Amino acid sequence: MERTDQQKITGLDQIRKDFPILEREVKPGVKLVYLDSTASSQKPEQVIAAMDAYYRNSNANIHRGVHTLAEEATALYEGARERIATFIGAKYSEELIYTRNATEAINLVAYSWARKNLKAGDLVVLTEMEHHSNLVPWQMLAAERDVRLEFVPVTEDFLFDLEAYRKLLEQGPKLVAFTHMSNVLGTITPAKEIIRLAHAAGAITMIDGAQSVPHFTVDVQDLDVDFMAFSAHKMVGPTGIGALYGKRALLEAMPPFLGGGDMIRKVSLRSFTANDLPHKFEAGTPAIAEGVGFGAAVDYLTAVGMDRIAAHEKHITAYATQCVQTVPGLRIYGPAVEYKGGVVTFTMENVHPHDVAQILDGDGVAVRAGHHCAMPLHNKFNLPATTRASFYLYSTDEEVDRLVAGLLKVRRLFA
Amino acid sequence: MDDLYREVIIERYKSPQFKGELDPHDVSFEDENPLCGDHIRIDLRVDENQRVSEAAFSGQGCAISQASADLLLESVIGKSIDEVKQLSKQDVLDLLGIELGPVRLKCALLSLKVLKAGVYGLGAASDSLVEE
Repeated sequence: MERTDQQKITGLDQIRKDFPILEREVKPGVKLVYLDSTASSQKPEQVIAAMDAYYRNSNANIHRGVHTLAEEATALYEGARERIATFIGAKYSEELIYTRNATEAINLVAYSWARKNLKAGDLVVLTEMEHHSNLVPWQMLAAERDVRLEFVPVTEDFLFDLEAYRKLLEQGPKLVAFTHMSNVLGTITPAKEIIRLAHAAGAITMIDGAQSVPHFTVDVQDLDVDFMAFSAHKMVGPTGIGALYGKRALLEAMPPFLGGGDMIRKVSLRSFTANDLPHKFEAGTPAIAEGVGFGAAVDYLTAVGMDRIAAHEKHITAYATQCVQTVPGLRIYGPAVEYKGGVVTFTMENVHPHDVAQILDGDGVAVRAGHHCAMPLHNKFNLPATTRASFYLYSTDEEVDRLVAGLLKVRRLFA
Repeated sequence: MDDLYREVIIERYKSPQFKGELDPHDVSFEDENPLCGDHIRIDLRVDENQRVSEAAFSGQGCAISQASADLLLESVIGKSIDEVKQLSKQDVLDLLGIELGPVRLKCALLSLKVLKAGVYGLGAASDSLVEE
């Protein structure tokens, strides 16, 4: 495949200037090639500036204060919530609960919704390609409540096994919780169909959107999903904040998660009355600056355009897939490009993934090596570890070329 | 980086001299580095003078962990059990001849951890075995 002017076509050739870190050198004369956005994305000037401005001009605690700064801080934090809710197509902004990250959002559902609604013998359906964050909370629940867990397999083509899923639905699960995009294989799951079938079988649904929301348009009303978890830091926003989307009626019927300030309406020595949504689930002083940054992040992604981002990543994933396959002894794990997001995960014959990543790092190329918080998936394919290169709106064909040059160097060293 | 993959390390990784298992053995222990999935088992045979006469390692891991295991076992042949107990982190780094960051240090020290837990007859390998 020829290198193209895809960045120019999509107009994304200008956006690298927004990400100051992409200009840095890893060591003298060696410019950074950042191919680890699936772990955490880089942040544009606009997000950094929004958080900086908040601390310089508006910093105060929110919701209770009547002074100018408290009102400004509250408006910034709550304004961000409205824009994030709009970004994912939520009907009401109070359906957007701030959490620390996608992991905490999933735990919120596991603690609050599941512990109220699930009893011994009830079935929760997950998939074999979940991140540990969508496995362990359910394992903990299963140990505590005797809830059963079943897993939709990954097919030989690295896809969600719809046939096996239909069979599992015959067992009448109470919850289907699944990744929208595998952080290892890149597989994009047919979320709308999964949710439609789950609802027809009487199950509640939850999407782990940590990898989908940053990379393509995700509309919760169109999907009709009941809950969705995602993290700001993977979508050009800051660390320390994420969100849970939940349908209002479900959230209203759920007990609070963590207790403390802000989540109450009234407190006496021996009892409390819970606050309204969304504050019912937001105990204590939250990550206010991070909320402001999260809002700036969705503004940025919206301005660039999620469809342009998705098209760009599709191109770069196809280009990278074609290029790295020319490296002798390299094997890619993941479905055909049309079924996946911007991730290329691979092994190299006779070379350990950590050695691959370390040698690439010597050339400034940042990739990830290990099990990527998906040990069961690696076990399924008998792999102790893999190396993963992942892409985002700022990734370029030139960076893919540097990756390939590094991989050929690895091959020479270990030949 | 290139220093990290000195010729001796690549050579030991590709053609280890002490790879295998000893059965029977006098000492055997295994452990893993859960961060990267590296797994090492070390077997020793000890002669009548309580000196290491044979040594072998098995398992899988990166070049650093495999090369350090091979070099370490070469260095313990002929040593007394008491001398093996005295081996330190610095001894392994001297064998490798490289500087390592904190993540790769764990790879390099896995074999020493396993070896010392084995000769001490411990139930579990602890990081305290390889600290200065």
